[in-house]
Amino acid sequence: MSVATESAATTHDAHHGEPTGLWSWITTVDHKRIGIMYFLTSIFFLLVGGLEALLIRIQLFKPENDFISAELYNQLFTMHGTTMIFLVAMPMAVAFFNYVVPLQIGARDVAFPRLNALSYWIYLFGGLYLNASWFVGQAPNTSWVGYANLTSTQFSPGLNVDFWVLGLSILGVSSIMGGVNFITTIINLRAPGMKLMRMPLFTWMTFVTSFLLITALPVIAVALIMLAFDRFFSANFFNVAAGADPVLWQHLFWIFGHPEVYILVLPAFGVISDVIPAFSRKPLFGYPVVVYAGVLIGFIGWGVWSHHMFTSGMGPIADSFFVATTMIIAIPTGVKIFNWMATMWGGAIRFTTAMNFAVGLVALFTVGGLSGVMHASAPVDLQQHDSYFVVAHFHYVIVGGILLGMFSGLYYWFPKVTGRYLSEKAGAWHFWTTMIGFNLTFFPMHFSGMFGMPRRTWTYQSELGVQLYNQMSTVGGFILGISTLIMLYNVLKSAKSGAPAGSNAWGAPSLEWSIPSPPHHYNFPALPEVRSREPMWHDDERAAIEAVTLAHPAKEPEMPGPSFWPIVVASGVTATWALVMTGVWWVPLIGLAYTTFGVFMWAFEDPFKHLESSH
Amino acid sequence: MAEAAAVAHDDHHYTSTGLNSWKLGFWTLIGSECLFFGTLISTYMVYKGQSIVGPFSGDVFDIPLTTISTFVLLMSSLAMVLALDGVQRGNRKLSMAWLGVVIVLGATFLGFQVYEFNHFYHVGLGLDTNLLGSSFYVLTGFHGAHVFFGVVWLTTLFVMSARGKLPPSKALNVEIAGLYWHFVDVVWIVIFVLVYLIQ
Amino acid sequence: MSSHADAHGHGEGGHASVGFYWLIGIILAVLTALEVAAYYMHETLGSLEVPILLGLSVAKFILVVMFFMHLKFDSKLFAWVFLAGLVLAVFVVSFLMTLYHVVPGWTAAVTGVA
Repeated sequence: MSVATESAATTHDAHHGEPTGLWSWITTVDHKRIGIMYFLTSIFFLLVGGLEALLIRIQLFKPENDFISAELYNQLFTMHGTTMIFLVAMPMAVAFFNYVVPLQIGARDVAFPRLNALSYWIYLFGGLYLNASWFVGQAPNTSWVGYANLTSTQFSPGLNVDFWVLGLSILGVSSIMGGVNFITTIINLRAPGMKLMRMPLFTWMTFVTSFLLITALPVIAVALIMLAFDRFFSANFFNVAAGADPVLWQHLFWIFGHPEVYILVLPAFGVISDVIPAFSRKPLFGYPVVVYAGVLIGFIGWGVWSHHMFTSGMGPIADSFFVATTMIIAIPTGVKIFNWMATMWGGAIRFTTAMNFAVGLVALFTVGGLSGVMHASAPVDLQQHDSYFVVAHFHYVIVGGILLGMFSGLYYWFPKVTGRYLSEKAGAWHFWTTMIGFNLTFFPMHFSGMFGMPRRTWTYQSELGVQLYNQMSTVGGFILGISTLIMLYNVLKSAKSGAPAGSNAWGAPSLEWSIPSPPHHYNFPALPEVRSREPMWHDDERAAIEAVTLAHPAKEPEMPGPSFWPIVVASGVTATWALVMTGVWWVPLIGLAYTTFGVFMWAFEDPFKHLESSH
Repeated sequence: MAEAAAVAHDDHHYTSTGLNSWKLGFWTLIGSECLFFGTLISTYMVYKGQSIVGPFSGDVFDIPLTTISTFVLLMSSLAMVLALDGVQRGNRKLSMAWLGVVIVLGATFLGFQVYEFNHFYHVGLGLDTNLLGSSFYVLTGFHGAHVFFGVVWLTTLFVMSARGKLPPSKALNVEIAGLYWHFVDVVWIVIFVLVYLIQ
Repeated sequence: MSSHADAHGHGEGGHASVGFYWLIGIILAVLTALEVAAYYMHETLGSLEVPILLGLSVAKFILVVMFFMHLKFDSKLFAWVFLAGLVLAVFVVSFLMTLYHVVPGWTAAVTGVA
């Protein structure tokens, strides 16, 4: 946070109405500041989740190791998965949604700026609450999928699952509100002439992802509510003795969980669909097809969930259906891969770090996609289910796809955020250590899985013959850890002393590159008129737009003022959920009353009241 | 020329579609709520008739009573559109009267629900008794919580109206509260048939 | 589209008359009465009871959404963002119902409870 504060302070103090200091960050409703806070928080949790992964890797370095206890091991892999998905991958994408989307569509902010701040604070408090479980030594320990009825009070009597079920419920609220906000923003706040089919691909994928957020998150919310009722009020939703079917949890979890996979990966696809054309000096090949493929992935993503459940005995009819849909969804994904390659074909390619990461994504995601098609087949999946082969598969998708995409976006948009380039030299180190460390960690897992090493198991016997693969994975894991530290060093150093960047740092085509770097708090002095898909690549259109966007307005546009109520309501929401833990039904109502107070203060607050006093 | 066009579009209320953002966002949220209630209803339907021990739905449901409360909620929807119409016309008496009717009918529905829950509990159907108890109370309980929230929201609007702070220019506030209220009503239309009438 | 849209806070919608709202309200009441009647006549109606009940409730749903929520008069965009959620919700309900109740013996096979 301090990094961004300083850069904002040095470049903006010429402008009035740009407050600084801690209080201004707590009460901010500016989408750019919220995006920066999202990013830094997700990096913090990346370090936490990474540390958990390294402890797991040390434990697995040799057979029958007892570096950590089996109980702690359960907590570590559960929190590693939960943290990386809900506290790192999703919010890091949301950081880019926040910073980039309004700039790409020519908007001054998102549709609901205070709601946006609320989403961030709930995410932060929910993440802290979830991790507070470490301090009582009872972190969640039933894996990130939390299958019933292992999560029942009978088999998990401690606080572990309580933290998990309540923490995820809190985070879900944040995601649903974010989804509503971005759908409304993208439909309603596009600059004149910014038709849907002129929007940059990143904005398009944000749009699709937002629909997945608002539709998939309620499903897991209900499943979590049911689990909470089972645990706190002795309901029977997953109680086998009462005739309940624990497989229902699996259905509900994966009805959410599979769209969730696309919630994670589509933003990364969006990033590189902007990065690859920018560094190939060529418009995206087959733009409409890439858009439709993204929409189709989002849609078909709803019909494949049970391929996570082939071993649960659904019967041949249901199995066949989900085999078919799963294989079909590979088609639009493959279409995108070919579109990216065709965009690069014959282009004037510049291999900057951002481009390196984008190309790395295309290669590594394809590996993960191929192993995915393998266990799309139910008989094959029966062999691979819950083995390290699956762990290899989804890390190729999630790290090779999502994290590389996010890093690509970091190098691409950093100059816009700070006005300075990230160091390309440190970037090269970051990229190559990531590539080597990543492949060394996860490629051997295909083999250890094939040899029969089950996932989520504390240790293994030397007779299994997987020691070498595990040692490779552990060494690779530490190289990945070092690469993350290089990235952190690069970000901290370049924010202060990186080479200065102009408004269009890369000669890229979209609207966010038409305004100064870093942007003014109002983004656009006046709204530009867009006439094409690549406005900054057509000289007369660019000149017309920059005449508007780089102009100094006689009077700054009026922006909504800071608000204290989002953080109040966020703390109320978190407290309400957390107080459910007391097990006394009326105690959460205290939190609810406090939340209600915050909501009323919010509702009757005039967002523009600060202007009356200064006029 | 571009500048002139830009300046013309430059005000707080500009949207690319000409639609109000609050209303659009609220419809999106309603789309999201469909999945929330859809999942609760799915669970109820999956567990329908699967309870091992009684009481079963045939033992506890009182169709005439629920028909009355269903009718009450439906008519509150009618009162809601009439209240909105009153606010849009700037007729404060009319809007206050109909808002009051919605609130009373909503509270009546909640009263029926409290009576129903209490009655079921006393004939032996607790949250922890069987699958029916769990899935029924959680589904209808969350619907009831939505009704309760709606009553609080509409009461706030009623007070604003009474203080003369609900002129036609603020009709959108009432319209969005109305969207919420009607949505809660259509959820009950689905629940009434799937939970109560089809057994 | 229409520039005066948010001025009176009614989207693009035309105003329906008060009489029209009353008419819809009466139709809704009648449909509810028919539903309850169908419930009590289930022996006469036999296998038709469930389709009739579903049809009546769909009709009520559509009436409220189209007229009370003004979706018929309002911008198609509102309908689209709503339908995105509604269609998926119907999909989820029907798919789970199919898995659990239509595929024969499925629940029994999984839970061991008939």
